[in-house]
Amino acid sequence: MSNQAQTEVIKEPSMIMQKELIASNYDALTSSGETGKKVVSTFVPGNLNELIRCFDLVNNLPEINAINNGMRKKSGGMIMDAEKSGHSEDVCTYVKSDIGMMSQGNIAPNGKPMPRPDVLLLSYTGCYTFMKWFELLRHEYHCPTLMLQVPYQGDGKITRNMVEYVVKQLKEVVIPGLEEVSGVKFDIDRLREMMKRSAQAEDDLVWVLESAKHKPSPIDAYFGAVYYMGPIFTAFRGTQQAVDYYKVLRKEIQARIDKGQGPITPEGEQTDQRYRLVVEGPPNWTSFREFWKLFYDEGAVVVASTYSKVGGLYDQGFRHSPDNPLESLAEYCLGCYTNNNMPQRVDLIEQYMNEYEADGFLTNSIKSCNSFAAGELLMMREIEKRTGKPGAFIETDLVDPRYFSHANVKNRLESYFQMIEQRRGGSKPIAA
Amino acid sequence: MSTADIIKRCEALYEDLHFSASREWKAADPGRKVIGYMPVYVPVELIHAAGMLPLGIMGGGDQMEVIHGDAYYQSYICRIPRSTIELGIAKRLDFVDGMLFPSICDVIRNLSGMWKLMFPDTYVRYIDVPQNYKDDIGGLFYQQEMRELLEGLEELSGRKVSDDDLRNSIKVYNENRALIREIYKQRSAEPWKIPTAELYLLARAGMVLPVEEHSDMLREYLEAVAIEDKPKRDNCRVIINGSFCEQPPLNLIKSIEMSGCYIVDDDYIQVNRWLKEDVPTDINPFQALASAFLHHSADTAAKYAETEEDVGKQLLESIRENRAEGVIFAAPSFCDPALLWRPMLADKISEHNVPYISFKYAENSGQMAPIREQAGTFADSIKLWS
Ligand code: SF4
Ligand code: SF4
Repeated sequence: MSNQAQTEVIKEPSMIMQKELIASNYDALTSSGETGKKVVSTFVPGNLNELIRCFDLVNNLPEINAINNGMRKKSGGMIMDAEKSGHSEDVCTYVKSDIGMMSQGNIAPNGKPMPRPDVLLLSYTGCYTFMKWFELLRHEYHCPTLMLQVPYQGDGKITRNMVEYVVKQLKEVVIPGLEEVSGVKFDIDRLREMMKRSAQAEDDLVWVLESAKHKPSPIDAYFGAVYYMGPIFTAFRGTQQAVDYYKVLRKEIQARIDKGQGPITPEGEQTDQRYRLVVEGPPNWTSFREFWKLFYDEGAVVVASTYSKVGGLYDQGFRHSPDNPLESLAEYCLGCYTNNNMPQRVDLIEQYMNEYEADGFLTNSIKSCNSFAAGELLMMREIEKRTGKPGAFIETDLVDPRYFSHANVKNRLESYFQMIEQRRGGSKPIAA
Repeated sequence: MSTADIIKRCEALYEDLHFSASREWKAADPGRKVIGYMPVYVPVELIHAAGMLPLGIMGGGDQMEVIHGDAYYQSYICRIPRSTIELGIAKRLDFVDGMLFPSICDVIRNLSGMWKLMFPDTYVRYIDVPQNYKDDIGGLFYQQEMRELLEGLEELSGRKVSDDDLRNSIKVYNENRALIREIYKQRSAEPWKIPTAELYLLARAGMVLPVEEHSDMLREYLEAVAIEDKPKRDNCRVIINGSFCEQPPLNLIKSIEMSGCYIVDDDYIQVNRWLKEDVPTDINPFQALASAFLHHSADTAAKYAETEEDVGKQLLESIRENRAEGVIFAAPSFCDPALLWRPMLADKISEHNVPYISFKYAENSGQMAPIREQAGTFADSIKLWS
């Protein structure tokens, strides 16, 4: 741990707040039987949290459950259970982890059983698998399913037709469906209020992510950002709690900038920042800490990532707007990162490479996820061509521990950092 | 012409990955344009109405060596996109003026953008189709998508397309689809007379030939098959499911039939059967095509099943109509749509006591012995227990 300040790791207030928020949603879910609250399951990218909250529904996000199970090293067994019951080894492991979780009693991180969903809100944004995933859940739960199809930005733009289509589905399918399940009448002013708060939190989130332009970077925009994304990408966008969380976070990061400090890793502050990287693709969750350590031990800090944009490209200017709430929700769903076409994704990464003055571009290619992974090798070559900076490619999986090879990733990263050094024209300095 | 002669021609078309027939069609007139499309369905009528040749690109099969394509894909992605890229890089598609990538999965979806990056001079469009089946929601969206596609094609061809042009194209394709349906029906009735390998090659010919020529070929085949006889074998009747995108090698189809199964329905190449009824020609053509898609199209994993009852409905109907005794789930390796869909379909048919087996293939699978063995055992068990 030579690169880290040898101080005791102190949890900052934002970390505690973040943890409490996520835990509070699990408590709301597992106590829904007693509170009488209805439960909606939905996906992270393009989620309609403000709308869901208009109906007093509790939001369950199966991807977050899979991540939790991955981080707690429980997903491996769940995936194997799902495979034993006939699910192919080739398909997305989030799905199998979810199905395996059900077969193991559907226990939430707080140790209590998860409720059955009252409705599945299939917001079909940026990933084909979502559709089959919820068909599989419906097959189990036999509960109502509301499909919101979000067209893909095939030509790299959001057209009038796309927005109108999404708005129409919101008006004629989603809202009436949620009214029916919840028994709550839709109130557009309530939605507006929430969207106002969403925009406030989004402003602060963007500020946080862009703080990585500083040198040294006060954050890690991949490993650290997954914590920052938590509240806004899940059940809290539109709430005062999210607004408060991002304010506190922003203050803390401002203080780190003022003191010239780096990100806080699980082992303390990262002081060595020899390599500034842009990362494409989701992280591995089953060995998340070990994975992160491979970076900070080598003095690599991630200054921008695409994964932190799956729940919205706020840094490109999008904000939820209370003025045209439904249109704004439609544009939000349409604009998420994986709903962008490949040229847009390449342009975005090129922009990050330049604006964040990165030394290199790394892809963590995820076996499970065709939405991200198909085409990433071409993207890497395009970025290398456009920026002249070296790219690297590693392969892992989200929540299937069988596909995380620590030794391979370590070797790959080490030789990559050497390559960056060589491109800089010097040999790799011996770690202090 | 005998069926053998017709099939010989089809086989030559199938093996020709330089697409000479389509090249010849284009070369016959300097104004002609060719539009490639990938599985599973695009509204080919629009291409036809714009005076262009729709060219179905089904990957590289088992004859083509993939040299460059593998550098574009990780090992855990199916083979059709890499062999399609190979076709592009090897200039086998250099006569193609546009490429359409339908909404079937994230791999083909992303390939649309890759094509834009790799072949910037080609017209490229991602074809989104509705997953909401209401006429005034999904239908209107799809109509507008088709209009935008047509605008792109008009720009490319420099020619305006009228509603009557579209109606005429719908008529031409209605004929083609009816012929395909007829051959499927006849195969189901007398599968020993129309081996699936033949039916498959006939359907594949439709990917590269002008539709009118293809329809003539189908008519000739139907005439020829009516007067030929082939010995009937004691095979069981099965349905193939899951092969709607990356195609199996021809040998795999032959192996299944050789191992004692008559294939009485399948989901190979679907574009010519996607719309299951004639599309009306007396209403607005966009509305007619949209409505056909919403209410009378084939069921594949790429479509949303609106209700639990819709899951596997068409498969069960097909089992009934074709008197199938079992289902073979044959999906390409790493094919998310087919493989995610399979457990639900398997449950549905199990509820009706229909037996099934499953395996995976790639378009270049070479080893047929295990598949022959699996299918053979399946056939034996059906015969034994039915
Ligand atoms: S395929 Fe990718 S985006 Fe889709 S559910 Fe799996 S991990 Fe998420
Ligand atoms: S074979 Fe399956 S995964 Fe591959 S491109 Fe086709 S539909 Fe997509």
